[in-house]
Amino acid sequence: MTGSVAWIRFGVIAGFVLTLEFVCRIGWVDARTMIAPSEMALSLARIMTDGEIYASLSMTVFTILAAYAISVVLGTALGLLIQRYDVLRRATAPILAAWYAIPSFAFYPLFIVLLGFGRPALVALGVKLAIVSMIAATIDGLDKERRVFSKVARVAQLGGLARIRFITLPAALPHLMTGLKLAFVYSFIGVVAGEFILSTAGLGYEIAYAYDNYDTTRMYGLILLTCVIAALINSCFRFYERRLPGGGVR
Amino acid sequence: MTLIQRQGPFFLLCIVVLILWQLMHMWLGTSVVVAPSRAVEISFDLLRDPTVLPHAAESLKAFVLAATIAGVLGIGFGLALGARPMAREVMEPIIMSLYSLPKVTLYPIALLIFGLGISAKIAFGALHGIFPILIFSMNAVRGTSPIFLRSARAMRLSRWQTARHVLIPAALPQIFTGVRIGIALAFLGTLIGELFASQRGLGFLLIGAIQRNDIQLVSAIVLLITAFVLTLTGILLAIERRLRHVT
Repeated sequence: MTGSVAWIRFGVIAGFVLTLEFVCRIGWVDARTMIAPSEMALSLARIMTDGEIYASLSMTVFTILAAYAISVVLGTALGLLIQRYDVLRRATAPILAAWYAIPSFAFYPLFIVLLGFGRPALVALGVKLAIVSMIAATIDGLDKERRVFSKVARVAQLGGLARIRFITLPAALPHLMTGLKLAFVYSFIGVVAGEFILSTAGLGYEIAYAYDNYDTTRMYGLILLTCVIAALINSCFRFYERRLPGGGVR
Repeated sequence: MTLIQRQGPFFLLCIVVLILWQLMHMWLGTSVVVAPSRAVEISFDLLRDPTVLPHAAESLKAFVLAATIAGVLGIGFGLALGARPMAREVMEPIIMSLYSLPKVTLYPIALLIFGLGISAKIAFGALHGIFPILIFSMNAVRGTSPIFLRSARAMRLSRWQTARHVLIPAALPQIFTGVRIGIALAFLGTLIGELFASQRGLGFLLIGAIQRNDIQLVSAIVLLITAFVLTLTGILLAIERRLRHVT
């Protein structure tokens, strides 16, 4: 069953790519608007072999990882706090719900002043976007904890931190997994989008630069690179989710 | 629970944020952080400014159209995929990958296809909004109790009738959660679209102010946007709470 699903999925993607290739090749789509997928792949190969991109790419990756690490640690801690105290929960609920619609770029000038030009401000942008999903997932996971677990904790006479370490977090793990995944996705989105609009280096900047210079071929190669990275990250998380007890919560 | 008990903590938090804002203003100075009172003042000036109104109207129009497109397409595809387990299994990883893509990297494609103007912004806003709506609708239908579907079959409802009278009412609260998130993201997408290669809209005003380092204007626009978003989310959350109570 799983095997045939994977084949059909592959067929759907292949069909889409082939149609696009065909439409581009016979000239229904202007070459200045969209280039054929085979040319995108060639462009990507050229970008990867000439090696210029690696400096930007590693810079972007480290920024994303820093934003991710901060979001996960801080988000889990805040989630624990908010879930514990009802006042905090009622105070933050409307803000957490509205958070994504507030454009983070508007805070960029403030981040620059507080953190200086360059990478730290971009890390802050990534954290701003990513931390909420970690908070929400932590709250969600703790809310669904079964009553019997807290009784076990009482019987075992666990103290505050030991209780969180041995009971609360493991019990919430499937939900935390969702948060871990979303936090990564949003760190990725926040950092690359920040680079695209405001920065002067990194993967996002390279795409905007190629667009500004009408270098459509290179632009599509870089966009393809971003898509490949996103798809790889997703399949990694899918793989680990499947291995969790119960196949993970989706 | 009275309104004060329910909403009190939120307003308290707002006050704390305002105090922190004022403290940061006093610590860092006006050139970095504008005093809250001054930002509110400029916001009201902006609202009365006849040159700003067309920008706000443009943003609003793009946002409403983007949210509508995202809602219709998202719910439509979500219901269709949710009702077919095989199709859902095939499409779900593809959709999740698209959802997790930094969509801003796709914006140049939207610009090249739709040209510089409002349609590229609408397409980009809709692209942001559609995925949460689609994913929530899909999962809502999947979560529908099989008893409902069996009784629909027992009553010999057509495919359309089943969707109209069984699937949608059963899945509505969860679909609406997706719609709420989708609307917020469509708003963000529209604004991001205006930040890059645009000549009109609030986002255009904002990026101009950021590049000129005009902190006063930045704070005022952010304040207006935040107030708008919080109001909108508040209304949507209230509707959602009512939907969950009914069913």
